[in-house]
Amino acid sequence: MSPEAAIDAMVPAQFILRAKRRESADTWTLELEPRSGEPSRFAPGQFMMLSAFGSGEVPISISGDPGDDGRLVHTVRAVGLATRAICEVGPGQMLQVRGPFGRPWPVGELAGADVLVLAGGIGLPPLRPAILTLLADRTRYGRLTLLYGSRSPEQLLYPRELEQWSARGLEVQMTVDSAGPEWLGHVGVVPRLVRQAKLDPAGTVAMLCGPEVMMRFAVAALHERGIGSERIYVSMERNMQCAIGLCGHCQLGPTLICRDGPVYRWSELERWLRIKEL
Amino acid sequence: MQTLDELIAASPVFAGLPAAHLQLIAGCGVNERFEAGSYLFHEGQDADRFYLIREGSIALEVAVPGRGRRVLETLGQGEVVGWSWLFEPYRWQFDGRAVQATGVISFDGACLRGKCDSDHELGYELMRRFAASMVERLQATRLQLLDVYGAANVP
Repeated sequence: MSPEAAIDAMVPAQFILRAKRRESADTWTLELEPRSGEPSRFAPGQFMMLSAFGSGEVPISISGDPGDDGRLVHTVRAVGLATRAICEVGPGQMLQVRGPFGRPWPVGELAGADVLVLAGGIGLPPLRPAILTLLADRTRYGRLTLLYGSRSPEQLLYPRELEQWSARGLEVQMTVDSAGPEWLGHVGVVPRLVRQAKLDPAGTVAMLCGPEVMMRFAVAALHERGIGSERIYVSMERNMQCAIGLCGHCQLGPTLICRDGPVYRWSELERWLRIKEL
Repeated sequence: MQTLDELIAASPVFAGLPAAHLQLIAGCGVNERFEAGSYLFHEGQDADRFYLIREGSIALEVAVPGRGRRVLETLGQGEVVGWSWLFEPYRWQFDGRAVQATGVISFDGACLRGKCDSDHELGYELMRRFAASMVERLQATRLQLLDVYGAANVP
């Protein structure tokens, strides 16, 4: 990256919050419009650096539809100073945005494959653009399956959309860690759904996003089912700050997640993820 | 129509057992059906049976004072419900409820324990297979205990 391009990438643009929807007690979906009027273009799996004035900057994956021009959509969980400040911004107010950054999901390479999407908690929003892209051209792919884990039924994201996706040809299976008797779905962890899923290992590509420990155990279950590390993609989260591979905060072994990721083949990372100190 | 030993042979927990063992196991089983919301067993009752789910699903529940009934785990088609029949004092530890209309093969625990006592090869095979299922579910429970989706685990 040239010094000029690096400087450009570090300058945030002003975006106006146009719509805000509550997804759960602490999670919001925000629709942003560029103040410049220039539409935002991105690939599924890429992220932006977002900030509310005076509260620090955080990497947040884009959760919107790449097919929609214009608005930028993010689903944000308010858990820290920066994300709480972002979620407190109201319609008509400004957010600072840099990006898009990072290597996307390999959606363009999946024609003819069965695609198994595994999401855990706030890991579903980074996969949403990929799911929408697959469903927009449904006949290009084989079996499409989403295995989605959440803490409780109340924290499941996009419940109405999950039904629509199901009607459009995505097999959706949800599981929660804990529930009352009114919940008629599954209770348990995502790796158990992997063990029970109908799949053809040779023809399946898996895409995962969720807490790292959940992904580790889910990958172990995928390996047991015969899906190799070369056919497993994960989206990683680390302490991304500059987002352009200069500061080194998001280093994992030889790779910088902001620049070389966040999406990786599992085979690229498994060696480094075994080193607990990294 | 499939016989009981054919149905049992198709389930992951009994797959690959010799025909003679499948017949011995099938001899302790009967088909049963439970309506949605009905209970197969309750905490503290004698655990004289276990179940192989043919269709539907079963929720393992516990009543927590002040929090009501909580579902700990859901088990579905092809999975086995019940280990308490194997170990003294043969008592159910949780409640088991049919989430939907659920078809099971219900096995008489005492009948099967007796056959395992007189045929140690069958006993070893059954114990090995139940232990594998227990390990898998113990590992899943440990992951569940981590509360990986809790706010403390979001970077």
